Amino acid sequence: MSATGQGKGWDVLDSQDRARFEQLVLPHLDAAFNLSRWLLRSRSDSEDVAQEALLRAFRFFRGFNGGDARAWLLQIVRNTCYTWLEKNRQVELMTEFDEDLHQQSTANPETLAIAGDNRERLARALETLPVRFREVIILRELEGCSYKEIASITSVPIGTVMSALARARQRLQRALTQPAQQEAPREL
Amino acid sequence: MSCDFSTTLLHAYFDGELDAMRAAEFERHMETCRECTATLGAAESLRASLQRAQLYETAPPNLRKKIRAELKVPSATSGSSSVAAWKWFAAAAAILLVTGVAWFVVPHGHTGMSASAVTSTEVLDAHIRSLQAGHLTDVASTDQHTVKPWFDGKLDFIPPVRDYMDEGFPLIGGRLDVLGERNVAALVYGRRKHYINVFVWPTKEPDTPIHPAGSRQGYQWVHWRHQGMEFCAVSDVSAQDLHDLAQLFIQ
Repeated sequence: MSATGQGKGWDVLDSQDRARFEQLVLPHLDAAFNLSRWLLRSRSDSEDVAQEALLRAFRFFRGFNGGDARAWLLQIVRNTCYTWLEKNRQVELMTEFDEDLHQQSTANPETLAIAGDNRERLARALETLPVRFREVIILRELEGCSYKEIASITSVPIGTVMSALARARQRLQRALTQPAQQEAPREL
Repeated sequence: MSCDFSTTLLHAYFDGELDAMRAAEFERHMETCRECTATLGAAESLRASLQRAQLYETAPPNLRKKIRAELKVPSATSGSSSVAAWKWFAAAAAILLVTGVAWFVVPHGHTGMSASAVTSTEVLDAHIRSLQAGHLTDVASTDQHTVKPWFDGKLDFIPPVRDYMDEGFPLIGGRLDVLGERNVAALVYGRRKHYINVFVWPTKEPDTPIHPAGSRQGYQWVHWRHQGMEFCAVSDVSAQDLHDLAQLFIQ
């Protein structure tokens, strides 16, 4: 993972690479922070994790082939978040998310609209979703990523992205319209 | 569910990720399926709520500073390069500002092409498909006299084909494609290392000027009509580049 034998990570990049990194990758810091904030459900933790991810990206920058810099960075951010969750909140990663799609019924649009107008409630409903559902909602609805981008960020096939999004939206609608049922453990 | 249209496909349609044909199929299905109409309405309502709630959380300024400081760890580099580095900083900061602002000002909505029967989603899909499938061209040639006759007999019209190599848009080839259930010609041009698809099909509508560029998911498109042909150019190059290419077609 580290640039072994080449000294500290940033030393291996010359000033030209550094300039490119600042030009291509740093502008996506907000996207990096937003993703980690929602994956970790905490602003303070995500500051640390986003920072770590950016430094990691900087070390790996030589391996960046010049494609979509945002997707490339978000993939690193996501991996860093998962590593952090594994270490600190393993339970969250074990939450099953393979739920039956058939027992759902379409949420009543009015109830949904009323519930959705409350930012606090919406944020909480989003946080109750298993992390693998939450991430597709964040990437699609907040970050505006295409399925292809989400697939590359989360390292799954496009078909999986599609079905995860369909389920995630249904779960979120349900969490919004039947609140206070299964709140995820909030950190202290 | 009584409806046999899969929920997954419905969401793909909602996200503009279905290909033109399946999207059209779904739209036909929607005319009679109340269940799908309701599900789609719920998805729209949810998206509207998420956008209204402004859940996007930007990085605190001190985080940006901290990362900058970390990246600028003074290694053994010379003093002269640090001046250059500061210039880059300023440039990066400007870009940061611009992209940051653009993100909020230009949400990923549909723009442009509203008067046209072919949706922007279809055009973007067709463009992305052409890049994904390794099927960019059916006829690969930089020679307009090879590409143009190739379409002969394959379509019920002959698209105007010219190479704009000297203007910085080399012709790469052509291909048959489908937009909104109609066969269209796709002309492929290069721009530096990027590809531009120019879709062409006949129209009875009068000429229209080059429409201001639409933009979604990092792609831009421009649309115009000229001498009985309808054009849509789409790519990840800048809107200005697309506009320049469109100008060449009209000249």
